[in-house]
Amino acid sequence: MTDTNKTSLTRESLPGLNRRYRAERRFHLVGKMAVAFSLAFLTFLIGSIVYQGIGAFFQTEVRLEVPQEMIAEHGDDGFTLLRQSMLHNLPDAKGRSARREAYKMAGEGSDIELLSAIADQQTQAAVVTVWIPVSDDIDMAYKSDFAPDMLGSFSDRQKGWLDTWVADDRLRMSFNTGFLVNGDSRDPERAGIGGALMGSIFTLVVCLVLSFVIGILAAIYLEEFAPKNKLTAFLEVNINNLATVPSIIFGLLGLAVFLNTFGLPRSSALVGGMVLSLMTLPTIIIASRVALQSVPPSIREAALGLGATHIQAVFHHVLPLALPGMLTGTILGMARALGETAPLLMIGMVAFIADPPSSFMDPTSALPVQVYLWADSPERAFAEKTSGAIIVLLLFLFVMNLTAIILRKKLEKKW
Amino acid sequence: MQPKILAKNVNVAYGDRQTLFGIDLEIAPQKVTALIGPSGCGKTTFLRCLNRMNDLIPTCKVEGTITLDGQDIYDKSVDVEVLRRRIGMVFQKANPFPKSIYENVAYGPRIHGLAKTKADLDAIVEKSLRRAGLWDEVHDRLDSQGTGLSGGQQQRLCIARAIAIEPEVILMDEPCSALDPIATAKIEELMNELKQRYTIVIVTHSMQQAARVSDTTAFFHLGYLVETGATADMFTNPQDERTEAYITGRIG
Amino acid sequence: MPQEHIVKAYDDQLADLDRTIAEMGGLVEKLLSDATNSVVNYDVELAKQTIASDKRIDACEQEIVEGATKLLALRQPMAADLRKVIATIRLSNDLERMGDYAKNISKRVITISQSPILSSISRSVERMSKMVEDMIREVLDAYIQGDVAKAHQVIYSDEDVDRLHTSLFREILTYMMEDPRNITACTHFLFIAKNIERIGDHATNIAEQIHFIVEGDTFDNHHESKDKSATIVAEL
Repeated sequence: MTDTNKTSLTRESLPGLNRRYRAERRFHLVGKMAVAFSLAFLTFLIGSIVYQGIGAFFQTEVRLEVPQEMIAEHGDDGFTLLRQSMLHNLPDAKGRSARREAYKMAGEGSDIELLSAIADQQTQAAVVTVWIPVSDDIDMAYKSDFAPDMLGSFSDRQKGWLDTWVADDRLRMSFNTGFLVNGDSRDPERAGIGGALMGSIFTLVVCLVLSFVIGILAAIYLEEFAPKNKLTAFLEVNINNLATVPSIIFGLLGLAVFLNTFGLPRSSALVGGMVLSLMTLPTIIIASRVALQSVPPSIREAALGLGATHIQAVFHHVLPLALPGMLTGTILGMARALGETAPLLMIGMVAFIADPPSSFMDPTSALPVQVYLWADSPERAFAEKTSGAIIVLLLFLFVMNLTAIILRKKLEKKW
Repeated sequence: MQPKILAKNVNVAYGDRQTLFGIDLEIAPQKVTALIGPSGCGKTTFLRCLNRMNDLIPTCKVEGTITLDGQDIYDKSVDVEVLRRRIGMVFQKANPFPKSIYENVAYGPRIHGLAKTKADLDAIVEKSLRRAGLWDEVHDRLDSQGTGLSGGQQQRLCIARAIAIEPEVILMDEPCSALDPIATAKIEELMNELKQRYTIVIVTHSMQQAARVSDTTAFFHLGYLVETGATADMFTNPQDERTEAYITGRIG
Repeated sequence: MPQEHIVKAYDDQLADLDRTIAEMGGLVEKLLSDATNSVVNYDVELAKQTIASDKRIDACEQEIVEGATKLLALRQPMAADLRKVIATIRLSNDLERMGDYAKNISKRVITISQSPILSSISRSVERMSKMVEDMIREVLDAYIQGDVAKAHQVIYSDEDVDRLHTSLFREILTYMMEDPRNITACTHFLFIAKNIERIGDHATNIAEQIHFIVEGDTFDNHHESKDKSATIVAEL
């Protein structure tokens, strides 16, 4: 037992101090490891999604030379023109099976691309050079740099043609705008998330309008005006409970009430938004009430002391101060709604819908549902699309959260 | 002289807990009346009864009568907004709105429709800031945030805001408790000027402040009004033992 | 005041003032008694000691003024405390004056000792001095105990001193008329008597201050002065 040296200031002078410091260091280390662990996971997740999905934003194209007379002959029939052009560019494709294999080198729907590319060029040259999308198998193979396991579905003849195309530098990658604007499709080359994106935006607009207005009004009433009695206490408990109810229950409620009772159109953004707003309302009400509570009572008293009515005090002074908090809560609620799939499944938004919606009543899909649908598809190319859709969804979320932060910073007042 | 405010047998309870017992107090016009007493003695509660700020607390029950110029302020016919326009209030913590200095002062006149034109409003704002002794310090930055001022300036801004609606009575709830001595002195000097025009009731924890600024002092203890009298008498020769013990620093 | 202050140091400072006042009062009482003894016994040595001991009284007064000033500045006393501090300052002034009067008595001993002994006058002076000494003792007790009734008693007993002073004045005049050689000593005895009477007046002042401390108002002395010496005429 060493005596405590009371005159010294060194660490050794106090017994047990070293042990305390060690414990502190251990704690720091554990904390840092936890952070590093989660960071690693996040990086891995985002990295793998980006790695898998980035390809969805690009498409492999092949350069075709189309003679002017061929255009003159088949200019109004894209299908035939495409087939003729393929044969023209693969002159050694002789015989029925070789011709069929040559046709398959072009992507589904490339006939439309071909026609519009020719129309765009407006040239009278003897041979028109165009780039058209290749088939999804070639696309995948080209993106994987012709990895052996990607070549299984090609015949030897097709492999030969691919080799010559590569040798002649006739293949290139281009940005796939179709992925962002097209609706869903059974063909991976033509499938895009445009429809789902629009559907999500429409749904969120409905959800935002409904839940923001109703949520904030409800929060203001409950916090500022409602008498504090058993009924309001009961309401409060229920709102808190609703926030924890599984989202699929809200989907069932939407199905029963909005679709079956009110007869609103199935799979529509309107119903989707309404269901999601049911789900986000409790979150928004709770966040808004917290924001209202955090406004110092002195501000309220100052207004009331000047002879302002309660409504004036709330709307002139309390609300502007609570608004940043309310907005943050709302946008976080929206972000959750954006990622939600289960309730949408219940109201039919899972259906295959090829056309992007043009109104709130049109049947539509939504981003997370699209991810779910594609993840289920057997075609290899859809795996890439799935990751691509996830990237878009994540970007959408990121933009929303950024908006929340910017709005809050802009509206926040110091006092 | 007719008292400006007259409280008769005022009892106040929060739920089951009674905090004021049979308060009888006259508040003379154009005078500063100080309410002193240890924490929890009910002086702030009483002050907040005078402009019915206690109405905000649902469990608070006020019995007895309080009259303003002979009119019962707890009568059913009384509109509490009109009452508060006539009896203004300045709070313990300076609480300017997080808006510009101009907006802070203009808010009251605006909601009560006291100014017909922008020029009228400008005039009210200037007059109020001048009376609050703040004009010279802020006239070139009326658009800057009221919350950016120093503590003492903020409190004077709150006084300017209160007098912008031309109340007859100003209630002050420990207005200097968070201020340094110089800022406190400025507000005390201001009170001295304001009492030419307004009736002032101030709650203060500082006996020295009560002694410096008030004409009449009322001592509250444990919910009872123990003693009222001219301030000079109260601080040299109080009549009640409890007052004596409190002001000489023997009970708190 | 039954309770102590919340701030203990405040009580200590007030107690220091009281202690100094009590010390000063004791010194004044002793000084008066010594001065009177030196006169009665023609004791020049004692007289000299007495004169020297007045210095301590002056020092005490200084202490009280300083202590009271500090207390006013640092504690901002209120009500009874305020009255006490103010009264203490005035009290110390009274006591200091009383000390001066007593010293003045001692100064006259050397002159008186060269004159014939006037034992009758001496005895009267001694009696008067005893009365005033009692007053001083009483008034100091009243101060320490905060006893107003006792203070009032002192005020009333000053009347006896005044009466005695009047008769002593008359007696001294008689002696002077009898024999002009007595005039020097008698004149000094006149002053001595007057000094003792003044000391009594100051004791009365102190009693009035005690009334102010305790009651908070000024004592209204409606008694007419019993000192009639001002109207006495030597009838030849």
